[in-house]
Amino acid sequence: MGNVDSHISLHAVAKSFPGHDGHPDTHALGPVDLDVARGEFFSVVGPSGCGKSTLLEMISGLSPPTTGTALFNGKPIGGSVPAGIGAVFQQDASFFWLNVWDNVAFGLRRHGIAADEIKHRVNQALAFMGLRAFANAYPAQLSGGMRQRVCIARTLVLRPELLLLDEPFGALDQQTRLLMGDELLRLWRETNATIILITHALDEAAMLSDRIGIMSARPGRFIDIITTNWARDRDSRIVSDERFGAIMGKLWECLREESLRSLKSGS
Amino acid sequence: MKSTRLDTAILVFGLLLVWQLLYMVAGANVISAPLATLIRAGQLLADERFWLHIKSTGEAFGLAGIIAIVLGIAVGLWLGFRRFAGDVADPFINTLYSIPKITLYPLILLAFGLGMSAKVAFGVIHGLFPVTIFTMGAVRNVAPIYYRTARIMRLTDFATLATIMAPAALPEILAGIRIGVALTLLGTLIGEFFASTSGVGFALIRASETHAVTDVMAITLLLFVFAASVNALLNFIQRRLRHNG
Amino acid sequence: MIASSQARLSSVIITRIVVLTALLAALELACRLGVIDRVTMIPPTEMVAALWQILASGRFDSDIAFTTGNIAAAVALAVGLGFFVGAGLHALPRLRRVIEPMLSAYYAIPTFIFYPLLIVIFGVGRTALIVMGAMFAIVAMIVNTILGLDRVSKVVLQSAVMLRLDWFRQLILVRLPAAGPHLVTGLKLAVTYSVIGIVAGEFILATSGIGKRVAFAYDNFDNNTMYGMLLLLLLGVIAVNGLLSTWERRLHRRFGQQ
Repeated sequence: MGNVDSHISLHAVAKSFPGHDGHPDTHALGPVDLDVARGEFFSVVGPSGCGKSTLLEMISGLSPPTTGTALFNGKPIGGSVPAGIGAVFQQDASFFWLNVWDNVAFGLRRHGIAADEIKHRVNQALAFMGLRAFANAYPAQLSGGMRQRVCIARTLVLRPELLLLDEPFGALDQQTRLLMGDELLRLWRETNATIILITHALDEAAMLSDRIGIMSARPGRFIDIITTNWARDRDSRIVSDERFGAIMGKLWECLREESLRSLKSGS
Repeated sequence: MKSTRLDTAILVFGLLLVWQLLYMVAGANVISAPLATLIRAGQLLADERFWLHIKSTGEAFGLAGIIAIVLGIAVGLWLGFRRFAGDVADPFINTLYSIPKITLYPLILLAFGLGMSAKVAFGVIHGLFPVTIFTMGAVRNVAPIYYRTARIMRLTDFATLATIMAPAALPEILAGIRIGVALTLLGTLIGEFFASTSGVGFALIRASETHAVTDVMAITLLLFVFAASVNALLNFIQRRLRHNG
Repeated sequence: MIASSQARLSSVIITRIVVLTALLAALELACRLGVIDRVTMIPPTEMVAALWQILASGRFDSDIAFTTGNIAAAVALAVGLGFFVGAGLHALPRLRRVIEPMLSAYYAIPTFIFYPLLIVIFGVGRTALIVMGAMFAIVAMIVNTILGLDRVSKVVLQSAVMLRLDWFRQLILVRLPAAGPHLVTGLKLAVTYSVIGIVAGEFILATSGIGKRVAFAYDNFDNNTMYGMLLLLLLGVIAVNGLLSTWERRLHRRFGQQ
């Protein structure tokens, strides 16, 4: 049984997609057990196709588990998305017909927040994400990294208690990723949100997380969960800390086999 | 692009020159000179009777355009949303778009008789398909990530439609409307060739039957300018919206 | 996942067949029951019978040959001339910048408005028809030629340069095949527009050809002949269009995303 105080609690959660024409079902994920504490920064790493994104879908309520229970704040997540969850995906989700300001204000407007409050929160988020100068620009005029910042800002203003990130920096270059990692940590400390990050970049997971879940090849199951014991006020410079190398080593030790297996099976 | 404007001016001037030369070679029985054509065009625009023609065409074109756009968007939306229906209908609609509508002309004439309703029908069958096809494509091409975003934000279906799907699909729908309007005008004029005793198209065919060369050229010029203006207007609207997104 | 999409595809195809059959059956029924009167339309089965009769008797063979010849000439003119104009414009960017907006505006203008003018210039006859058809079709070819030549990727061109090909060889051996898919699109559109231009012209000029036969039959309330000929035209266009579409799709697929 899971920890009652967990923010997210998954028990024996699995996902299968039904087969057609007498073909067998595709077993995509699980069974998975996971407890994520409130305010924790938890990352999931694993070979491609192992089901990391499916896991996120079930945590967010976008897709229900085939078996097992998923709990958010102790309550089961039905087929719909519960309040208090924000998500940023790998693809650019910025709305091309709105400028940056309107993009960020979008969610607030839909939920009927008062205009003053909207103005306050949006300006705050823009300043936080370094977008103040670009408030009137349109996504088409911005780089990929800037657009992701817009998406993060748009999620931030809604003050989610749980922030889900599915390879949000996948399309960015290494230096930008490291800087975005710093921003993410800053954000995490300021908002005290729980963050679950999916990434294929081991260094990113090692640098950012309190705990890292290592997932096997498909169907994904947690092989191991590593605790990093980093201090809360960390930034990207911990890559020079000797413990960083050790964590990376442990991650790759686990993953190398799984990745080979995944490669051979052609997923 | 100043140099392009200058080049365009040179080209237009060159075309006018060629036109004048052709006139001098071919004679007034075949074409009329640029200046004479312009003067005649001006006379026609000042003529009350010609304005009756314009009114007749305008009414038919306007009505046909509205029907083509409204119906086209409605069907396009439906086929865009209902995945299965869209898949089934796709080749049918594309085939209907590509077959010459002339094969339907006799049927329309027989079904609607001569007059306004036939003209409108002609216009609609020409303009309906591009609007439908583009609208269907616009809906289907809305990036799936937008829908995921809507679900994470817990938007109602209606809010998703109105605040995300509609603006996302709009540019492509507008492209379809632009082509649809052009084709509707084409269809309306053709309708007037065959099925009417009024309208600019009718005036044109009448002038050619009576071999009134200057009239033929003047009316052609007026139609040319009108069609180009409508297109330029829609192009402008489209570009304004693209700047917004 | 592949299995499920295959299953969907076959159910889509079955639904298409069912819907088409149902529509035709409904039409047939409506005509037979008099919901649609005979003056307006004859039942589809009778249309097919009329078509068969026309083909078997060979009555209108000369007209069919006339129209087909016109279309072929117009397509050849539009495609040939259109390709060279398109290639020329592609090679002369300054000229292209000026002409390009006019090309996109061309479609906004109903080329039919030039028909009376063409009749006045060329008189009533084959030349006018072919010019009408080609006029309508040529812009599609020009636009698609330019598009195709544009799409030839930089990498391909760089490879051609590395192979030390001169300009002409580059055009024929590298650019032309690379632009292939779009050229076929241009060809397909040229055929469609030529058909429209010529048959419509034949309606109006009414000297000879399928268009003339249809107009004549219409004037004489001979619905059998009229619908028979229209069906011939329809099936012919669908067949040619279908073949060209398949070729186009195959080229696009083979050449991949350019």
